[in-house]
Amino acid sequence: MDTSYSSALPHLQHASGSEVTGKGKNMPTNPVRKTLVKLVVGAAGMFLFALFVMPPLYDVFCDITGIGGKTGGAYQVSEAGVDTSRTVKVQFIATNNGAMPWEFTPKVYEVTVHPGEPTEVAFYAKNRTSRAMVAQAIPNVTPFGAAEYFHKTECFCFNQQPLDAGSDADLPLVFIVDRDLPTAINTITLSYTLFDVTDRIDESVAQLN
Amino acid sequence: MAHGPAKGIGRWLFTTNHKDIGTLYLWFSFAMFLLGGSFAMIIRAELFEPGMQIIRPEFFNQMTTMHGLVMVFGAIMPAFVGLANWMIPMMIGAPDMALPRMNNLSFWILPFAFALMASTLFMEGGAPNFGWTFYAPLSTTYAPPTVNYFIFAVHIMGASSIMGSINIIATVLNMRAPGMTLMKMPMFVWTWLITAFLLIAVMPVLAGAVTMMLMDINFGTSFFDAAGGGDPVLFQHVFWFFGHPEVYIIILPAFGVISHIIPTFSRKPLFGYSSMVYATASIAFLSFIVWAHHMFLVGMPIGGELYFMYATMLIAIPTAAKVFNWISTMFRGSMTFETPMLFAIAFVILFTIGGFTGVMVAIAPADVQYHDSYFVVAHFHYVMVAGAVFSGTAAVYYWLPKWCGRMYDESMAKMQFWISFVGFNVTFFPQHFLGLAGMPRRYADYALQFSDWNMVSSIGAFTYGASQLLFLFIVIRTIRSGTPVSEPKVWEGAEGLEWTLPTPVPYHTFSTPPEVK
Repeated sequence: MDTSYSSALPHLQHASGSEVTGKGKNMPTNPVRKTLVKLVVGAAGMFLFALFVMPPLYDVFCDITGIGGKTGGAYQVSEAGVDTSRTVKVQFIATNNGAMPWEFTPKVYEVTVHPGEPTEVAFYAKNRTSRAMVAQAIPNVTPFGAAEYFHKTECFCFNQQPLDAGSDADLPLVFIVDRDLPTAINTITLSYTLFDVTDRIDESVAQLN
Repeated sequence: MAHGPAKGIGRWLFTTNHKDIGTLYLWFSFAMFLLGGSFAMIIRAELFEPGMQIIRPEFFNQMTTMHGLVMVFGAIMPAFVGLANWMIPMMIGAPDMALPRMNNLSFWILPFAFALMASTLFMEGGAPNFGWTFYAPLSTTYAPPTVNYFIFAVHIMGASSIMGSINIIATVLNMRAPGMTLMKMPMFVWTWLITAFLLIAVMPVLAGAVTMMLMDINFGTSFFDAAGGGDPVLFQHVFWFFGHPEVYIIILPAFGVISHIIPTFSRKPLFGYSSMVYATASIAFLSFIVWAHHMFLVGMPIGGELYFMYATMLIAIPTAAKVFNWISTMFRGSMTFETPMLFAIAFVILFTIGGFTGVMVAIAPADVQYHDSYFVVAHFHYVMVAGAVFSGTAAVYYWLPKWCGRMYDESMAKMQFWISFVGFNVTFFPQHFLGLAGMPRRYADYALQFSDWNMVSSIGAFTYGASQLLFLFIVIRTIRSGTPVSEPKVWEGAEGLEWTLPTPVPYHTFSTPPEVK
């Protein structure tokens, strides 16, 4: 069955640029084997690249550019100083993901703030079902260019939110619009999508947002 | 080495002969072509009239998904791997592929992959129904339970493609006849060498994408799930990082085939050989940096849209270079119009139409209208069917007499060409109109104003489908009772090492390497 393989080997002596010294089938100098090893390593490398490099790279890329409207984690207030010469309108949207049955709504739909001024608002959530559930809110800022200038010092989205059957809660949010917000942006829309994560056992989620 | 083919089924199961494996690939791909084609017939039958006529919408979704998957991974890709197996060793003067036993393995895992995938049609929950692009979360959170079979099937066919590519690269780089430098290689070998590198670069990325899906579905990770900190848009980026090179993986070997047929029947050498090589390499390189033009509507900053738009339009330059080279090859040649040439000329014309609509959908602001409409369906069928499938058909007509020493029936083949050509255009040209008028793709039903063109399109599809059965008949008839041909050059204008071999090609060829001047 292997005739074609062994008959291929003497042929290799004539192949351009290759020097075959032995005739053994498993000789390490076999140029085909060298090519094979290089290509297998390349393919394995691309697989690992897709699994372990592309997702983190995407996150870093989105972080830097604000693409996707993802906001950062808890913000440490640095130097105070409110830019009273400017006002920015901040709008709030609450959406339920899929079949999430909770009532979820912002308590105020719109505030006008000065850049650099900490502002507290709240969202309202009520578990309308007859079982205890856990939710996770995922934020998104539009326009994307505003994402890196929208800081949250306190947010319900940093943690998962458990609610007993029929109970409700006010969910606090404290944010600061950065003084460096580009002057072209006068309105920022902050949207939360509420996901049902009752079935997930994923504590690391909190740090991601 | 007078070692003939083994007897019985064992010949095919255990073969390490590149011609046997090429034959297996070609028959397998044709079987898959008919399977995927029958799914398309079901789709077009349902869309013949508005309203739900024959099947349920859930099943329609399974049909669109399976049609795409089977055609891309089961029909077109293996067909060109089959042609590569048959032709590359003969074109470069090698006795066989460099890794014959791996060659056997890479073929024989394919039927298992597609058996797994097709078996989902009979399972509870039905076959995959999320489109051949399997966007998360449709393919994760909302997928039928059979998605795990789909993932496993994709892994197997990916492994098969990677092994096939490794084999081709190892063969081309190490087994060329003395004197055959890289820049003397036939175009088909060049396009396949470049395609094989593309495959090795992106098939593992596809494997990575389905692995992440598998973990999201079964092991509680959140690569693509926003609730757990992931991002469904990441899936689209990973998928199209594979997916855009994938469409060139499909079309580049087709370019190679056409670059052989047109010179043969124009009786002139290929115009601009080296520019063809560089154009192919440029297209391959560009394919890695344009993927997000499939995702203009996910919400991208304007800079991103502009970059992906211009980068995509850049691809038109090397592609146009190829088209002009083919036309220049024909210019002032002593052309004859045998069936392979008819398919090749149709390829050049129709692929160019598909290329132009490609430039149209590449324009980010205009794509807002075209996106996910039948215009896109028309566009990619012009490049996939009139591109890859026409070229594959041309290749079979062109090389079949060489392979089996029998000539096909020219008038029957010409009839098959014209039925295909007319059927294809009647099917897909109206879909441009439907798309521009606002008909979205992948829906089981449509608004009444789309009725007429859908009926025309369905009639065209049945015609085109029938022409493929005629093709099957012609091929079988040629093999069994075609007129014998014995001159090494089956076509008088053909050039290359493969045409120095006896006709029909013996089981073992180039046991001693030929000298290339």
